[in-house]
Amino acid sequence: MTLTQIRTQSKEPEHPPRKPTGATGMRLIVPLQGVVQGRGGLILGSLIPCALFYFFHLYLKRHRSANPSSNPPSPSASSPNLADIPRTASRSNLSSRGSFGPGRASISTRAMSIAKPNDSPYYIGLDKVSGNPYDRTSNPDGIIQLGLSENRLCLDLIEKWMAKNLRDSIVGTDGDDLNINGITTYQPFDGLMELKVAMANFMSRVVGKVVSFDASQMVLTAGATPAVEILSFCLADHGNAFLVPTPYYPGFDRDMRWRTGVELVPVHCRSTDNFILSVTALEQAYNHARKRGLKVRGLLISNPSNPVGNLLPRERLFDILNFAQEKNIHIISDEIFAGSVYGEDEFVSMAQILEEEDFDKNRVHIIYGLSKDLSLPGFRVGAIYSYNENVLTAAKRLTRFSSISAPSQRLLASMLSDASFIEEYIETNKKRIGNIYGLFVEGFRRLGIRCMESSAGLYCWADMGKLIPSYSEKGELDLWDKLLNIAKINVTPGSACHCIEPGWFRCCFTTLTEDDIPIVIERIRKVAETCKSPG
Amino acid sequence: MAIEIEQPTVGLSKVAVSETHGEDSPYFAGWKAYDEDPYDESENPSGVIQMGLAENQVSFDLLEEYLEKHSEASTWGKGAPGFREHALFQDYHGLKSFRQAIASFMEQIRGGRAKFDPDRVVLTAGATAANELLTFILADPGDALLVPTPYYPGFDRDLRWRTGVKIVPIHCDSSNNFQVTPQALEAAYKDAEVMNIKVRGVLITNPSNPLGATIQRSVLEEILDFVTRKNIHLVSDEIYSGSAFSSSEFVSIAEILEARGYKDSERVHIVYSLSKDLGLPGFRVGTIYSYNDKVVTTARRMSSFTLISSQTQHLLASMLSDQEFTKNYIKINRERLRKRYEMIIEGLRNAGIECLKGNAGLFCWMNLSPLLKTQTREGELTLWKSIIRDLKLNISPGSSCHCSEPGWFRVCFANMRSKR
Repeated sequence: MTLTQIRTQSKEPEHPPRKPTGATGMRLIVPLQGVVQGRGGLILGSLIPCALFYFFHLYLKRHRSANPSSNPPSPSASSPNLADIPRTASRSNLSSRGSFGPGRASISTRAMSIAKPNDSPYYIGLDKVSGNPYDRTSNPDGIIQLGLSENRLCLDLIEKWMAKNLRDSIVGTDGDDLNINGITTYQPFDGLMELKVAMANFMSRVVGKVVSFDASQMVLTAGATPAVEILSFCLADHGNAFLVPTPYYPGFDRDMRWRTGVELVPVHCRSTDNFILSVTALEQAYNHARKRGLKVRGLLISNPSNPVGNLLPRERLFDILNFAQEKNIHIISDEIFAGSVYGEDEFVSMAQILEEEDFDKNRVHIIYGLSKDLSLPGFRVGAIYSYNENVLTAAKRLTRFSSISAPSQRLLASMLSDASFIEEYIETNKKRIGNIYGLFVEGFRRLGIRCMESSAGLYCWADMGKLIPSYSEKGELDLWDKLLNIAKINVTPGSACHCIEPGWFRCCFTTLTEDDIPIVIERIRKVAETCKSPG
Repeated sequence: MAIEIEQPTVGLSKVAVSETHGEDSPYFAGWKAYDEDPYDESENPSGVIQMGLAENQVSFDLLEEYLEKHSEASTWGKGAPGFREHALFQDYHGLKSFRQAIASFMEQIRGGRAKFDPDRVVLTAGATAANELLTFILADPGDALLVPTPYYPGFDRDLRWRTGVKIVPIHCDSSNNFQVTPQALEAAYKDAEVMNIKVRGVLITNPSNPLGATIQRSVLEEILDFVTRKNIHLVSDEIYSGSAFSSSEFVSIAEILEARGYKDSERVHIVYSLSKDLGLPGFRVGTIYSYNDKVVTTARRMSSFTLISSQTQHLLASMLSDQEFTKNYIKINRERLRKRYEMIIEGLRNAGIECLKGNAGLFCWMNLSPLLKTQTREGELTLWKSIIRDLKLNISPGSSCHCSEPGWFRVCFANMRSKR
């Protein structure tokens, strides 16, 4: 009995696991080949069947956190990024070929995995949209972007502020807030104090003023992306692991793992629990990691959650803190959507719990940023908020690699300090998100597609399970492909988020206007008709 | 009754607790001394004078003047059109206009002797990030880069800390003005081999920090031949290219490649930044220019961790595309730096102190070995401490730059705006 036979058998197990790519399979096969080729008669008799059974068992249980799909969608969807680099000086055609020919200096192993074309639907979809983006007037047949959680609903408010406050020159007289005097030179890499103070106040307002944040516990970074990576570097060594509840933001696979060598162990959440983390699942995942020989250094939660959009209830936060204490691990709480809570439920920040209750603060680190709540991803502003002096010291030193440009810091410090503007912005933002959410979800409901209960975020988590040809990852990707290439809508399939139940899709609606919604619904409806399974 | 059990404190990673950040070295200790007691003409005339920070303030007035006159660069106009796109723009390709501006600026600095393709420009938040990124891409943990000594102390941190990559020094000495020789290259390569370390590339700084001198064409040719023979990469950090006192004295590796018809150029990568030439370190603008498609793609993706604010890109794009402005700026900046350099050299010579013949950069490489009690590293550090303490001058000791000969110091002269 060979391993290849086992692999085909494992296609339809009871709980559809992630289908690992061939690479993982190889890692199991190679050591086994040594066994199979026989180093002694003893092996043939008993060890091989035991070893094969063990690996088969491990295979089924293994939940991948690397590129999920071994069935890449139709070739038309994949666009190797290398294609758009015109060849000028370089002679060799390097497209998707892999390593160089003889005599060419190779790049590192780390880089090789990053260099090959992205096969995750998350990135493929984003690429496709940029090639043919929808525009109501100039490109009505283009692809509508529902795969990027970007908030365009309140840009008009920010535009107005800019127009009013940006002086004609940024080299103005003294006393002019926005001039560049004094900020062209080297600044503290972890951010100007004026911006830290402004961010601390903003964060406080965002969580409804129930917590006050201390600017001295903050480290600013060029976006939340490096903030997550820096924490990963500080809290874990190469080969260690973080537990992450699924479904999770696909970018974590890159931010937490790429250069750090850290592994992500999924903690599977289910629709029956509204995809809210359970302690049982946490314990299971932790033990599973232990069995794999992985040292768990922390738990990464996103609250409000991406991609589901729900909030962790207070009691669950207590459970998480207790769990972390018991296992002596860290907690990273990514609260980047804290200001995008439009529903009735109460958002409780980790900071609030720590202020109210007596838990060990040293293990908690919060991530924040202005890309979602203030709609300014282009300005690159992220923050690490920690209670741990050592982590703050180490993180500060690492910000030299990811500092925010000084003029942008000054501009944003000024904007965030404008209390009445911020007040108006936060309230209006919530209202507008809530409004679009309502219309969007209603449109889906009329199509027979239900969305998970959510009260935050820039997206909804839609159950299209009834529309997929087979209840599997492949079925889900088939639908995703249809939606992308026929309906010309880019949404993010649950498998890209490591969701254990097929058929769920994240649909971001904050790039749409009210008028766009019927168009989106109509396009989906046409595809949905063709998908209705018989009987 | 509950029994209190002492919980072990939750641990941090090796990276977090490692000393590779280098902040305890004399190079940074001097900065701390300055931070605690900084010189100010009026407020603190007896404070420590900072001559250990390679910052360029000599031409700030030119920038100020430009920005005053061209306000459209710093705003999005009344009613803020174009703002939306920038607010949302987080594409790691960077603004095309900005990449074009950087490419054209780099061409101008080299007097048009090399061409740069905007699509090979990868943007990073500063050259620090660019160097680290390249190291991640070109080498695996445990591999090494060969770097000529003396070198910028920050490399110990930028190239090694998170990457796990090692630096193996290429020893240079004063007998030939610290130039890299083929023998030194081979010796360094052999050193690595003996330690069972795989060499992935050579990293040079041209013009050199801390020497303040450009690398000669013949030496560049030799280095290029060496890396080709060994089939490894070459990173040329040309961050001071616009600070060469005369344009003709600086030869970029790009020129050598062009002369060779770009044969075998995929192993070459150039790092640049606006922190030194334009005196804008606070803006965090760096770039990797690579002749290797795969490196460009990978670097671009990895730059997600270190993107430049779109506002800054927009602001600088128009400024750097203004060829009249840049031509004038580059010329005047070079002139002013040269004057400052000559002033310092003259002053030092009168005090009986010799410096290495320099022709670029924001500093000079001073020889204080006659003043050392013992021709050792300890002797050098003793002298350095007394310079900080008694003369209230922060200068950088050669040992922090891994110089094999004691007694050399780097003195920065461009980080003050007014005359002193």
